[in-house]
Amino acid sequence: MQAAFDEMTGADGGVRPAYGELSRWLAEIPPDVLDYRRREAEVIFRRSGITFAVYGDAAAQERLIPFDVLPRIISAAEWSRLAVGLEQRMKALNLYIKDIYGKREILKAGHIPEDLIFQNPAFRPEMNGQKVPHDIYVHIAGIDVVRVDADDFYVLEDNARTPSGVSYMLENREIMLRLFPELFARHRVAPVERYPDELLATLKSVAPASASSDPTAVLLTPGVFNSAYYEHSFLADKLGIELVEGRDLFVKNESVFMRTTEGPKRVDVVYRRVDDDFLDPLAFRPDSTLGVPGLMSAYQAGNVTLANAVGTGVADDKAIYSYMPQIVKFYLGEEPLLKNVPTWRCREEEHLAYVLDHLEELVVKEVHGSGGYGMLIGPMADKATIATFRAKLRAQPKNFIAQPTLALSTCPTCVNEGVAPRHVDLRPFVLAGRDRIRIVPGGLTRVALSQGSLVVNSSQGGGTKDTWVLDR
Amino acid sequence: MLSRTADNLYWLSRYVERAECLARILEVTQRLSTLPIATGATNEWESAVATAGCVHAFSEVYDEANEENVTEFLCFSTANPSSIRNCIEMARTNARAVRTALTVEMWDAINGTWLELKRFGNGPSSREEFMRFLRWVQESSLRFDGSAYRTMLRNDSYWFSRLGVFLERADNTARILDVKYHLLLPDKERVGGPLDYFQWAAILRSVSALTAYHWVYKENVQPWLIADLLILKDEMPRSLASCYVNIVENLDKIAKAYGRQGPAQRGARDIRTKLENSRVEEIFQEGLHEFIEDFILANHKLGSAVTEQYLM
Repeated sequence: MQAAFDEMTGADGGVRPAYGELSRWLAEIPPDVLDYRRREAEVIFRRSGITFAVYGDAAAQERLIPFDVLPRIISAAEWSRLAVGLEQRMKALNLYIKDIYGKREILKAGHIPEDLIFQNPAFRPEMNGQKVPHDIYVHIAGIDVVRVDADDFYVLEDNARTPSGVSYMLENREIMLRLFPELFARHRVAPVERYPDELLATLKSVAPASASSDPTAVLLTPGVFNSAYYEHSFLADKLGIELVEGRDLFVKNESVFMRTTEGPKRVDVVYRRVDDDFLDPLAFRPDSTLGVPGLMSAYQAGNVTLANAVGTGVADDKAIYSYMPQIVKFYLGEEPLLKNVPTWRCREEEHLAYVLDHLEELVVKEVHGSGGYGMLIGPMADKATIATFRAKLRAQPKNFIAQPTLALSTCPTCVNEGVAPRHVDLRPFVLAGRDRIRIVPGGLTRVALSQGSLVVNSSQGGGTKDTWVLDR
Repeated sequence: MLSRTADNLYWLSRYVERAECLARILEVTQRLSTLPIATGATNEWESAVATAGCVHAFSEVYDEANEENVTEFLCFSTANPSSIRNCIEMARTNARAVRTALTVEMWDAINGTWLELKRFGNGPSSREEFMRFLRWVQESSLRFDGSAYRTMLRNDSYWFSRLGVFLERADNTARILDVKYHLLLPDKERVGGPLDYFQWAAILRSVSALTAYHWVYKENVQPWLIADLLILKDEMPRSLASCYVNIVENLDKIAKAYGRQGPAQRGARDIRTKLENSRVEEIFQEGLHEFIEDFILANHKLGSAVTEQYLM
């Protein structure tokens, strides 16, 4: 694996322009400042209850995601290149899903094998021929991108179901403004505060035709035990909409209502943070207590909009991911602006053979996995782990894809030994509404806090950083 | 607003208020228990359990109502659903469920209390520490109540949360009277010795009314005036009358905002009217004990009416 590209010092060791001020500032401040502010940040986070739950870890039912006080900085030029690419990707995702549940031209043209769609657990036959307002299926995407050099952004995952993390983008900025006003004064950082307004505008723009001119939107959460509950309540608050659980809603005459102190109130748009499987016990998993019985019937009758739509998972699993360059070209007739990481699909014989021969240097992922679980990072793994994976791959090749181990870029990060480079990724949030696509300049930067680690997932010890997009 | 949100706010306030009342009762109990015990005097720890309304639950766990057992049960026991610890846990659980309906200050107050509770572990190591704990519980409640009062928008969220406070407070004041009513009965035989005085003062102290008493009546502590103060004086913030002025007012605001009166409004007005039309002499004639028992029941029924009308 080649040495990683550092976003501050670049390839040649000279400080890159976007990081000029930060680097000067780091040289000026007394050494204990960072440590002091780091502790202050932790107190503030703990007080405000910004926690997340880690499944299967009762002791850590409410845990803080480690926060790194050094910002990750992206120049205005870099951001505008990235933003155009994200917009292109979002358009392609929506056109593709519309096609899959509609005419299926991409399948007829033979670009994607049919079984990859029809045997995909995220494919929802209920959505066949279903019209959704303004043909938008993915209203909110969290498209994970990484860098390996100064030039290119690679998309790692498209996250088109119920992506989370945006509350950290907003809270990290708030806390940085409190902790480092002097550092902000030395930069021109594009604000991210308007994200909730943009999201609300997006949600209202896709209300069903039957809704009033001021549609009622709600945020549907699985409840307090969900790992992202804090984010759900945070967003509902910022959006000024009700945070509802399944039991707060009911369906009557194919319309959705919420139970309020003034009696039933009609709901037009549901920003749902509940997975497809649990949305409606009458349509999907009958044992779900998180959902709303009859919600699908109201949806199919066109009386309520679900954001994101049902069945968007058919766009973001790791096997479909490998076809994204073709998908972009097929629907938009354009070359993809963001790169895809080269991907070996283990379902294909030659690919599998290559992967089995090169396990030591590849990252192997489960097609339907997420959160960094069930993943093999070849260069970091011991012989026994590699052997286990080899057996798994042979038994169920279809379940896996493999990618080269990317030397993710690094950013200066505050660790116990001082300031040191750590690997990062970036999740910008892309919103698609009736009128246009909106992207707030910034996103969630996740950082792998242990030296050399490439796993940035918060469920596995990753932390977060504020992401500064400079506005010139 | 969502019925569930209103329900969470209402119970959040009730649990905070309940924790405070328990702390007040225990503080007074602690003080009384240091007095020399006269023959036939009641066991103060037993009456603390009775006032908290959990005699049955207590007797299932403990044989004897002594300082150690009662303190443990009312403050820290996880087996007692109404222990101070559980009240704070429940308050915080309710708060967490309605983060969006709380102001930052309210959340800070309740979440901070919950975090700090851990500091007390499974109980205080000394009497001094125990007293500090009881003060801390009361201060936490004041902080929560104050932040609600100062920062909440005056809309249905606020009114439901106030309703919770006053229904709970009315219940608690009534319970204190219910357990101690025998001390207030006129008894020609008893002259009102120093021990009685301490008992009466303790009742007043448990509702922060000792000074208020002197301001209102300008005379020595007399049992029937204590009853008058705690039941009928609406200028006394923890009196039943005052609680009902507030309950009626908050229910009326809700009804006005929603454009609809209901059984809860009518029920609350009935209770307030009864309090307004009562005189302490009549209450004593007809039986203080019965009067309080009727009140506790009526207050409880009103709670159910509020739940049915708005919270489910």
